[in-house]
Amino acid sequence: MKFIDEFRDGGIAHDLSIKIAATMDRIGRPVSLMEVCGTHTMSIYRHGIKTILPLSIKLLSGPGCPVCVTPNSYLDHAVALARQDTVTIATFGDMLNVPGSSTSLARERAAGRDIRTVYSPLDALTIAKNNPDKKVIFLAVGFETTSPTIAGTILEARDQKVSNFFVSCAHKLIPPAMKLLVEDPDIPIDGFICPAHVSAIIGSQAYEFLAKDYRKPCVITGFEPLDILQGIYMLLEQILIKAPRVEIQYSRVVKQQGNTTALNLIAKVFKKTDAVWRGIGTIPESGLSLAPAYSPFDADDVFRVTGEQEKEHPGCLCGEVIKGKREPETCSLFRTVCTPISPVGPCMVSQEGTCAAHYKYGEG
Amino acid sequence: CLAVPMKIINKDGFSAMVEAGGVSREINLRLLEDAQVGDYVLVHAGFAIEKIDEQEARETLQLMQQIAQLNAEDEVH
Repeated sequence: MKFIDEFRDGGIAHDLSIKIAATMDRIGRPVSLMEVCGTHTMSIYRHGIKTILPLSIKLLSGPGCPVCVTPNSYLDHAVALARQDTVTIATFGDMLNVPGSSTSLARERAAGRDIRTVYSPLDALTIAKNNPDKKVIFLAVGFETTSPTIAGTILEARDQKVSNFFVSCAHKLIPPAMKLLVEDPDIPIDGFICPAHVSAIIGSQAYEFLAKDYRKPCVITGFEPLDILQGIYMLLEQILIKAPRVEIQYSRVVKQQGNTTALNLIAKVFKKTDAVWRGIGTIPESGLSLAPAYSPFDADDVFRVTGEQEKEHPGCLCGEVIKGKREPETCSLFRTVCTPISPVGPCMVSQEGTCAAHYKYGEG
Repeated sequence: CLAVPMKIINKDGFSAMVEAGGVSREINLRLLEDAQVGDYVLVHAGFAIEKIDEQEARETLQLMQQIAQLNAEDEVH
């Protein structure tokens, strides 16, 4: 069993779509479901899921693309860090082309700054060990799937006594953003397709407040097409019987308590802070920064630099797209000024951005 | 948030070798200390983030097939 092909069987997909249509008939009204995670957005478009769903099901893309919600100020600060002598910036690849206020890491690299893309934060630590004369700063962007990997890397750096490795932390947490969305009366959400791998870390327990306090059905769903179809079917069954709860469709990976080792590592190395989400603004207790015990690794402590005055392109609607309020097609820049080659907003740059998905696959 | 299912082929402390589709690489087990050789794990950014429960995977597929078969009664005309 390879855990991928088995969950892409077209025959079962067809049958599940018939079940979904039958349940929608019984619900008898349109339904809006939000897929929070950008990886779900991409999978929905890549596999043409919308084409086999009734038109009365609307799928909204949520703020679950870490690059898309990273504010300009963080990019501008990273550029300022990159311009320091003896600094090497290490970053995940999809941050490279994100436009800051007036430049991007890709442009800075072209201008000669030492900016390297890595697959893992451990690779950034290796760069630091191999270049003791350099100060290596890793751009720590990502949700709860990624933040424990940076926590693990910082412990490796501490154990191996590496003193030229630093982290510029912009990690964010999914549940506080979901809370903000359900409290916004302008965003009609009948249920959440909850993230797969974020949930592998935080567990289904982390979403209980959404079902209990806000009466929102939640189904933690895998990324394969059959997972998504089954997840949608489970959400509709909850809506039909008006019994909102948190269910795990992706039970081959996700548990109720999540990955406690990873959660303990996050709690040890980081502390919660208010965080600015691009296009949304500040969400209380929705970000992570390094705990005081790990401040020697904190680039924001060690390097006192400030980025340029923050500017956003006036026509960019990424903020509204991120919240599921607008579709990319309604943005005046989409497909004309803003394309994957010359992106204006982050949602076009990121591999998991809604605008990138719409540009590549059409409206789905 | 992509993470790839891979099989642990050997393990030494926090370090392990994993393999999938003929590709093998070294990963870190700090987030999954009890993972053993032979386990299938999800690998993200160089770390194993969770084990894949093969029995649950089979049960999910069976459930999908049962749901799909039920549509004979509910077929929409």
